[in-house]
Amino acid sequence: MRYEALHFALRNRKLVAGTVVILVFLVAGLAGPLMFDHGPNDYVGPPMAAPSGEFWFGTTTFGQDVFAQFLYGLRATFLVGVLGGVLAAAVGMVVGFVAGYRGGWVDELLTMLTNIVLVLPALVVLLIVNAYLGVRSIGVQALFIGLTSWPWAARAIRAQTFSLRSRDFVDLARLSGVRTPRIILREIAPNMSSYLFLTFILLFGSAILIAASLDFIGLGPTEGVSLGLMLNNAARWSALQLGLWWWFIPPGAGITAIVGALYVMNVGLDEVFNPKLREM
Amino acid sequence: MRRYFGRKLLIYGLTFFVAVTINWMIPRFMPGDPVQSMLSRANVAQPAAVEAMRAHYTAMFGFDLPLWQQYLNFWGALLRGDLGISIWLFPTPVSDVIIRAVPYTLGLLIPSILLSWFAGNRFGAFAARRKWLDNTVLPVGYVLTATPYMWLAILLAWALGIVAGVFPVAGAYGFDLQPSLSWGFVGSLAEHWFLPFASLFLVAFGGWAIGMRNMIIYELEADYVNYLRALGAPARLVRRYAFRNAILPQVTGLALQLGVLVAGALVTEIVFSYPGLGHLILQAIQNQDFFLLQGTFLFIVIGVLIANFVIDVAYVLVDPRTRTGMGEAA
Amino acid sequence: MALNVTDLRVYYRTLRGEVKALDGVTFSVADGEIMGLAGESGSGKSTLAKSLIRLDGRMRHVGGTVELDGAAMPLSDDDAMDEFRFRKVSLIPQYSMSALNPTRKIGRMVGELLDSRGERPDRAELERRLELVGLSKDVLDRYPIELSGGMKQRVVMVVSTLLNPSLLIADEVTSALDVSSQKAVATTLLGFRDRGLVTSMMVVTHDISLVYQIADSIMVMYAGRLAEKAPADVLVTAPRHPYTQQLVSALPEVGVRYEDRRLAGIPGSPPSLLKPPGGCRFRDRCPLAFDQCAEQPPFAEVAPGHLVACWKAE
Repeated sequence: MRYEALHFALRNRKLVAGTVVILVFLVAGLAGPLMFDHGPNDYVGPPMAAPSGEFWFGTTTFGQDVFAQFLYGLRATFLVGVLGGVLAAAVGMVVGFVAGYRGGWVDELLTMLTNIVLVLPALVVLLIVNAYLGVRSIGVQALFIGLTSWPWAARAIRAQTFSLRSRDFVDLARLSGVRTPRIILREIAPNMSSYLFLTFILLFGSAILIAASLDFIGLGPTEGVSLGLMLNNAARWSALQLGLWWWFIPPGAGITAIVGALYVMNVGLDEVFNPKLREM
Repeated sequence: MRRYFGRKLLIYGLTFFVAVTINWMIPRFMPGDPVQSMLSRANVAQPAAVEAMRAHYTAMFGFDLPLWQQYLNFWGALLRGDLGISIWLFPTPVSDVIIRAVPYTLGLLIPSILLSWFAGNRFGAFAARRKWLDNTVLPVGYVLTATPYMWLAILLAWALGIVAGVFPVAGAYGFDLQPSLSWGFVGSLAEHWFLPFASLFLVAFGGWAIGMRNMIIYELEADYVNYLRALGAPARLVRRYAFRNAILPQVTGLALQLGVLVAGALVTEIVFSYPGLGHLILQAIQNQDFFLLQGTFLFIVIGVLIANFVIDVAYVLVDPRTRTGMGEAA
Repeated sequence: MALNVTDLRVYYRTLRGEVKALDGVTFSVADGEIMGLAGESGSGKSTLAKSLIRLDGRMRHVGGTVELDGAAMPLSDDDAMDEFRFRKVSLIPQYSMSALNPTRKIGRMVGELLDSRGERPDRAELERRLELVGLSKDVLDRYPIELSGGMKQRVVMVVSTLLNPSLLIADEVTSALDVSSQKAVATTLLGFRDRGLVTSMMVVTHDISLVYQIADSIMVMYAGRLAEKAPADVLVTAPRHPYTQQLVSALPEVGVRYEDRRLAGIPGSPPSLLKPPGGCRFRDRCPLAFDQCAEQPPFAEVAPGHLVACWKAE
């Protein structure tokens, strides 16, 4: 079975293409910044220079190296995506597992909580929280993103848990006196691990998009760079009107490529895990 | 069915309650004296007005009262429609500022949401049964749905606005015009509306098309489809049934996506300096106008709740299982 | 003869190669005959049932012919098969509980289905047949979710037989039901034949003891081939094939599926159908195996209506 999944995984063009794109950007973000001896926000070149051999993506109105900003920005994007995605997945899993497994009033309560957070527009809540609290490191940003974007994951996991809970092997574990957390960890979670992984990928992508929107509105990290912050600066300093296309195209293209690759990976993985969807 | 709506309304009521409570609590988490820090910006801008405002807000927050009293007072003010006074546009009440902006946001959101939903679902169902279309157009759908709203807006503004010069890229109507019911004004309004609408529409369209395509493929594996095929039902009938069933999760999806769509509209408005709620939020943040920010937040939450309820009603209309009262609609 | 199957081969495409799920079966079902089709999972009985109505995406018709009322059925041509489906050959699927479109009222769905096949819906006849299975005509104005599982199954039975097919395939129709419902379903099937609503029937089942009550004949499959076909009472009381013998001797009371009990008396497991061994496929588990079993025994008639594929059955 494992062998078969791997076999399909390596032959699934969507999965392979998505993974390659993600890895390329990840390596660029990790290793790329090492090739500069200046920071992303240093004024190193002539202002408003078009892409050239020296500055691959040109420079900003202030003479900052757009390519350096882009590579550093990738780090922030991945970081906020992973942290926000992991946190949201963790909250979603805890809520989903407990609600689905325990049922009864615990389920009622958690489902209600889930639905409330689900209906609240996440970005707008984040706007107000960030604007007031004024704490804007990437970590805090990821924390709040994680705390607001878990509900749909919780709902999906709850439904899955619900259907697994009455299976024979879970009954058996329960009858032999295994305690609830252990049943969830040992019996239920492994049986939906592929599903959990898919959920995480989607949360990863959506965390990146939310962070980019926050950065763009001007509530991004105050120190450092991120792709959303680059868009914010480009818009703020009239890159459009000045025709500095090299300033606003790379960051948006980077986000689109990463999130798009995640979505495509997700579909590919779904096809690998779910034999019905495999193309014959 | 009554139970279904009862549950939904309970959730919405609680959500509103939570939103108001967040709104009340957040200033109290600010370091220092909230009134002082909220007015710090106004101090510089309109020194004359500050004393009046300080008195107003000190009374409104009522820090000398017990917490529960403060909380009740907050609700009282809210129910009277008192959201405070905007600092950015002093002395206009926040509610007036918001009500002036709301039509612009709705004018963008409602058409883009509805049109992208209908067109995306049609197109996704259409693509699902054509291999070449599925393979060529689907990747475009994934790119679209992964695109940050503001980036597509920037690209459209740059390509069609600045480079090609076909559309204006800022405001809701020409700077030289006064709002009136003349053809010139309406034309200008439409011209300014098109690009923000198009960028919202395109991103959402990609998402719906992909969602529908995947749903249809799942439906075509369903037992009722196998049965129909075993009885020799033509593909036409099978596809019609599959579409009818696949549309249900898409209606639920619309409710789930509302928050994302609203967020998209906010950032798109910022790109185009479109004078809707997104623009207000940007101004509120840049001018430290917290009353405006809080008021806008509440307005958006209320709008989203109403929209959710409308979708719930629509869901009951399309899904017989909720009508018969036996289905456990999520 | 209603149904004539000659040397039918249907393979499954899989990663590791072709699974020879149906590897040369020849048999016939007479007009008016109810034939039970039994065997373990993987014996090919479901593949046979599916082949006669609709091949799924992974199945390939490799060889052999099927004739129904003298007309050759184009198994591998999905479009041409539509002419046969519903009118000539019909199916009561295993998944009857979920076979009805959940978003259409049943009456409307049936109307649209008939319409799409160019048949004129006859409301009175439909109501009469519902009555026959003990359903009121009100179910036509209901959505499937409003019916119980048993009601849905009866609706499906009525819909499937609406055009009086020559051959009705009932695929594991009883496996999801409790014992009393199983009996009711079996009786209903019998009623369909006796009233001439269907000409012949193939009842695929796990449960020999249940099908024994309604079937005229029973056919047993093993590892993609036929083992034995005989009149029902003969097969149960005097089986000739060693596999059938062990199957029947392990027969529990009505309603208990023998698959659940495992064939304790038969050591080993069926061979892989990826590269099946030559000769008789049961020989590794057969107590009577001898040299000649390295050669595939013919499915030969040992008594009138009694066919066995075993060298020792002469």
